[in-house]
Amino acid sequence: MASIDSGGGDSGHKKGPGVKKAKKLSTRVDMTPMVDLGFLLITFFIFTATMSSPTTMDLNMPKESEKKEDETKIKQSGALTILLGKNNQIFYYEGELTQENASSVFKSTTFKGIRDEIIKKRQEVIKNYRPEPRDEEIKQKAKERGDKNWERAALDRDFVVVIKPTAEATYKNAVDILDEMTINAVKRFAVVKISDTELDLVNASQGQ
Amino acid sequence: MPSVKIPRKSTDTDMTPFVDIAFLILSFFIMATKFKPAEPVPVETPNSVSSDILKEENSVLITIDPDSKVFLNVSAPKDKSNSKIGEVIEELNTSRAMNLSPKEIQSFKAAPIIGVPFASLKGYLNLSPADQEKFKQPGIPVLDTLNNELIWWVGAAKKVFAGQKLLYLIKGDNDSKYPTFEAVINALRKNEEFKYNLITSREEAPEGTELYKERLRQ
Repeated sequence: MASIDSGGGDSGHKKGPGVKKAKKLSTRVDMTPMVDLGFLLITFFIFTATMSSPTTMDLNMPKESEKKEDETKIKQSGALTILLGKNNQIFYYEGELTQENASSVFKSTTFKGIRDEIIKKRQEVIKNYRPEPRDEEIKQKAKERGDKNWERAALDRDFVVVIKPTAEATYKNAVDILDEMTINAVKRFAVVKISDTELDLVNASQGQ
Repeated sequence: MPSVKIPRKSTDTDMTPFVDIAFLILSFFIMATKFKPAEPVPVETPNSVSSDILKEENSVLITIDPDSKVFLNVSAPKDKSNSKIGEVIEELNTSRAMNLSPKEIQSFKAAPIIGVPFASLKGYLNLSPADQEKFKQPGIPVLDTLNNELIWWVGAAKKVFAGQKLLYLIKGDNDSKYPTFEAVINALRKNEEFKYNLITSREEAPEGTELYKERLRQ
């Protein structure tokens, strides 16, 4: 492919003796290396172009309130609490944590495993669904928001994920778990300060 | 047997149109590409499935580096003379009584990113731009709840940009610790700001999840 043909050489008309033959050089240049270079540069620019488009993740925090009655009450039956420990470890429990049940409900997992737990808990909440008068309002709101699944919006209304990062968790852990909320379409979640009992349990489990 | 002579055709193709196309695409990419500005603080952002592209608007960018140091940068892309940024530092100058000279205020406007406590801000701004680059900034103190200086920074920016849209961007490194992030959020919450944008890199929604199905439906 890559060749420069050396021209016609001695083709065509003969000149008289003594007339020097001017060597005819072809004007055709092999373009292949140039194409190579062109595409190399294109790939370079394509890569740099896509790399420099950061995305943003919206985060809305609630107003800080001192008043007890402003706090949102959640149903224990629908709550899943996720604790972020060190070295990307996750601890979680369903419902309420007491001194007595700590050994049975307090479990540990990883960022890969937590998705299944969230899905499992949600399905459990949907299964235990009992109609309530406020369901209509929830459905109406979901419809206004443009939710295509608005008829099912009230089914998991009691499902709440409570996220409690420890001081040893990294920023990446926090973003990952918030991302997990988006991935699993968890509508209600809250980032809460960890309590001392929970912190003790996390520390005890991490010590192993 | 008469042998059939197949005329030998050259396998050479004319590459010229190919080159034309290649360079046409190349010039397109050169013009369309916006280069990433050199980052004063190297930060590796976490991935998220969020697909919103970062808008270029008035913003307060809070950077958290791998060592959990906090840096701040106020940017107003439409305001070419940086007068708004100057107002931010003038606001702080009066509220914190830092006695900055006009020259130091000028130096602040040119500084790419600020990560020094108020106490050493004057000294930092007096350095030449080359020295500023070399200077290892200790970060804005945030972890101490009584002396969370970010509250003042955000408060000043909020006051200057009152009535305009101001985004609060948080750009944290993967390895930065959670308490720093929490302190940054608290500083913003103290200023009655509850909407933030976390800068992340793009990642696709994992298959089979709710979000994946949702995106397929669209």
